[in-house]
Amino acid sequence: MKEAILKVKNLDVDLDNERILSNLSFKVKKGDVFIILGPNGAGKTVLLKTLLGLLSYEGKIEWKKGIKMSYVPQRLPFIKDIPMSVLEFFELKGADENEAGRFLKAVGLEEKDLLDRRIGDLSSGQFQRILIGWALVGNPQVLIFDEPFSGIDVSGIEPIYSLLEQLAKKGLTILLVSHELNIVYRFATSVLCLNKETLCQGSPKEILNPKNLSKLYKGQVKFYSHSHD
Amino acid sequence: MISQFALSIVVGIFVGAIAGYLGSLMLTKRMALVGDALGHVALPGVGLALLLGINISLMAFLFLAVGILLIWALEIKTSLPTEALVGVVFVTSLAIGFLIIPGADLEAALIGDISQVSLAMAITSIVLCIFTFAVINKIYSGLILSSISPDLAEIEGVKAKKYNFIYLILIAVVVALGIRVTGSLLVGALVILPAATARNLSRNLKQYAYGSIFFGVISSVLGILLFKMTDLPAGPLIILSAGFFFLISLLFKK
Repeated sequence: MKEAILKVKNLDVDLDNERILSNLSFKVKKGDVFIILGPNGAGKTVLLKTLLGLLSYEGKIEWKKGIKMSYVPQRLPFIKDIPMSVLEFFELKGADENEAGRFLKAVGLEEKDLLDRRIGDLSSGQFQRILIGWALVGNPQVLIFDEPFSGIDVSGIEPIYSLLEQLAKKGLTILLVSHELNIVYRFATSVLCLNKETLCQGSPKEILNPKNLSKLYKGQVKFYSHSHD
Repeated sequence: MISQFALSIVVGIFVGAIAGYLGSLMLTKRMALVGDALGHVALPGVGLALLLGINISLMAFLFLAVGILLIWALEIKTSLPTEALVGVVFVTSLAIGFLIIPGADLEAALIGDISQVSLAMAITSIVLCIFTFAVINKIYSGLILSSISPDLAEIEGVKAKKYNFIYLILIAVVVALGIRVTGSLLVGALVILPAATARNLSRNLKQYAYGSIFFGVISSVLGILLFKMTDLPAGPLIILSAGFFFLISLLFKK
């Protein structure tokens, strides 16, 4: 039995007097790829932010003592407006040139001069990789991602997906929000279906069935089929 | 004896530099017009200073501090958007300013007058500029990170409330210093134009920050030299110089 690094019990979150999350309880174990699945407005991002300590809540959130986490938000819409090199972006997190180069390598970016490139000139796939590399600075044990595949075209998803998979194999715990059922099915070790409250919870094979999905998306999702290889 | 002209130029260089540097932050935080609005908020203070013959920048700063507190209090009380409240406070201040500023001094209040700088005044401005520079330098990367993502900044330990408070004070100080050079109408331009020019030309933050300082300085110097040659008011000449560099930068935009 692997140890739990996060225990959540009876978690309620209100924003502007409206209940966004209600009575959530779950555990995340070391090395898990824990995916939070749900429709728009389900409170997925709010849950991540609450886990990160950015929002106030009622109930219990217990991280294992001394655990280091890193967060990559869904979008950084303004970063391209600021003239900033990739190296300077890493420096904001306290990494020097050597470290920045090392983390870029870890996410498969070995292009020369990449550190000097302007962030605004990168492709969205490159930028997403850089964000993941950035999240690795400081050697966190937990990576928390909000929709890491949004805004990336289909051909760009696969490499990022396998990158995350590699990181998980190295023992990192990954928490991510996604609505890509395909990714969830292949990648998750544990899924939490969320729409303000927990609708289902377990391994993808147990719970990702048409009944649960139509409950989660209120019938807005067409029957979902997949194939194994 | 240091000549009056030399004092004007030195003050212009320091104030131009600090305005450019702070402007580079304001532009990334999408607060480009805040300097403009605050310039107007300071006008009654400038008026009182002229009436009583006391330090313009000091009174401007006091009125800015009151204005910012007022905006902050109104925001809590009315929950109107900040932007609307800034608008309310700045037009009201402008009206009060016009009433209390003696006619003969109105021009100096609106477009600045750097031709009569005393040695003591120059030294105070320079010390304040250096101090402000040190503080901006210290919080620069934290503020950049928070303009990229407030959440990331908070996770990295940037105390948003504290930083924003310091940042607002810095804006008030720089606007108060700038009012002496370009007046309350034009101080917003002194803050934003050099940064906008530098942004067109830079590939990274370092170039951007130093470029903003550079264009702040050369706009001031060119404007004051033109003032010496033409005897037209220095404030508008400085801003026109800054605008000229901005136009040129468009040709080389990266």
